[in-house]
Amino acid sequence: MLVYTLKRFGVAILVAITVSIITFSLLRLSGDPAAALAGESATQEDIEYVRKQYGFDKPLPLQYLDWAVSAMQGDFGVSIYLKQPVAEVIRERAPITMVLGGSALTFALLLSIPLGVLAAMRPNTFIDRAALTIAVFGQALPSFFFALILVVIFGIQLRWLPIAGNATWLNFIMPAIALGYYATPAIMRLTRAGMIDVLASDYVRTARAKGLRPKVVLFKHALRNAVIPVVSVSAVQLGFMLGGSVVIETIFAINGLGRFAWQSIQRSDFLAMQAIVLTFAVFYVLATFFADLLNAFLDPRIRVSS
Amino acid sequence: MAIADQTGKLPAIDEIFEPSPAALMRRRMFGHAGCVIGGGVLLVIFLMAVFAPLLAPHDPLTQDLTNRYVPPVWDAKGSWEHPFGTDKFGRDYLSRIMYGARISLLIGFAAMLISGVIGTAMGIAAGYFGGRVDLVITFLITTRLAMPVVLIALAVIAIIGSSLAIVILVLGLLIWDRFAVVMRSAAQQIRNLDYVAAAEAAGCSTWRILMTEIMPNVANALIVVATLEVAHAILLEAALSFLGLGVQPPEPSWGLMVSEGKVDMYFKPWVIAIPGAALFLLVLSINLMGDGIRDVTAPENRS
Repeated sequence: MLVYTLKRFGVAILVAITVSIITFSLLRLSGDPAAALAGESATQEDIEYVRKQYGFDKPLPLQYLDWAVSAMQGDFGVSIYLKQPVAEVIRERAPITMVLGGSALTFALLLSIPLGVLAAMRPNTFIDRAALTIAVFGQALPSFFFALILVVIFGIQLRWLPIAGNATWLNFIMPAIALGYYATPAIMRLTRAGMIDVLASDYVRTARAKGLRPKVVLFKHALRNAVIPVVSVSAVQLGFMLGGSVVIETIFAINGLGRFAWQSIQRSDFLAMQAIVLTFAVFYVLATFFADLLNAFLDPRIRVSS
Repeated sequence: MAIADQTGKLPAIDEIFEPSPAALMRRRMFGHAGCVIGGGVLLVIFLMAVFAPLLAPHDPLTQDLTNRYVPPVWDAKGSWEHPFGTDKFGRDYLSRIMYGARISLLIGFAAMLISGVIGTAMGIAAGYFGGRVDLVITFLITTRLAMPVVLIALAVIAIIGSSLAIVILVLGLLIWDRFAVVMRSAAQQIRNLDYVAAAEAAGCSTWRILMTEIMPNVANALIVVATLEVAHAILLEAALSFLGLGVQPPEPSWGLMVSEGKVDMYFKPWVIAIPGAALFLLVLSINLMGDGIRDVTAPENRS
């Protein structure tokens, strides 16, 4: 188990480093940070001055190393737009995006697991068809459009929920739904398929034959095994949600990382973009890492085989 | 099979001749509700896109400031002159929707082709060769998944500038992950089958085995992923255009139309409802097709 954990952790760190290298090269190769920093009215001399001052004239690998060394010490440079250290802004805003992503995933799981279990218990009935229809329709609805529909109905017409900002927990309801519903089809289908397999397995038949109450069979014997693939997929979906938070936080004016990303992109704020992509990648890597550990905990076979 | 059975009646023609696999597939496709509905709607949208110059009642870019915000025909104040109404510049919404279909379909298919080539090559290499190749490619897939698509696409497009070709290229280079994952596991399964071993024993080159033994047998899975990725690319383009970094005005992209209508959505809900519904219908029909093809080609995997 310890070897398994260490191995997985090593890969996680390697992924984070690779992401930072790719992002760095991608951003530097597609644009000139010195020109962006100097502003639109800058002369060629100004740009050259900025290039020297910030070390943008050095070879790329050297620049990356400089960046990586200070990043390791928690220094990501200063945001052009907010005139504040990038690391500080990320520390302020990451928790907001975490809350948003967490509640979106919770919403998705609360909706999709019960639906998936219900559908698996009565396959090819009305409930099953209805659940499948919800899944198919949900996957076709663009999240920004769904968010706007929610705003018009619950924010403007019914006036139940606030439409902008992140002051109270009420502000997070609509964004969490708009961000989370897109993950429900995948999780629901997986739960359904897993439950159908498990319910037909020998150990569930044995549990039933022993005369265990249906509830115990369903939750203790069947569901625990059926959700193992759901754990991994939830982690991946959480990663997609972080990406989606750029769109949703912009629509609902939530001051999280996603909106910061959007603001930095609009101002070609290279240092901020680099740090934000790295932060998202680290979140994703950590989420999948813990999902793997949780799986190893739930399923002894994984622990033993690796 | 006996030509005549005990009752002496001659059997019907298709009892003697087994239908060809292609005919069987066709019959199954037409018997699958999702396939028929999805394919039908997709065909209509496709024809609408191809023949937009002939079908569109107006020019999609011509402004008519005396006819701004004409409501659609189902509204009390609507008219058949502008069946879907007009936008804030008086441009005919129906014509813009028709031309917008071209952009969505073009970006969807082109991005799918690019990502399909990359993902399939990587996935099959990983699945067939295994070992170190698999290790490296799996790592690349994980790394790609750790980078949020929307964020990277936005950042790169913001820096280089936006055009149709750039949007296609950026999306195509980003969304190959599902192709790679699915092709990898498909190739892994086939790799250990007898006919691959037979081809190896017969001395076929690796390239020949990949092309004539592996590829035909992963084709079904490939078509399903390709369909779903078209839908994925269309949704991403819409999101990028919605944020203003995809297709640029005055071009009629559906995502851009939702974005332009956003400020007016409280009093004139159709300005976002019509392009939003068009996107929904298009993606729904493609997904229904994809699910249908999966059910038809792999009945054993039906879930």
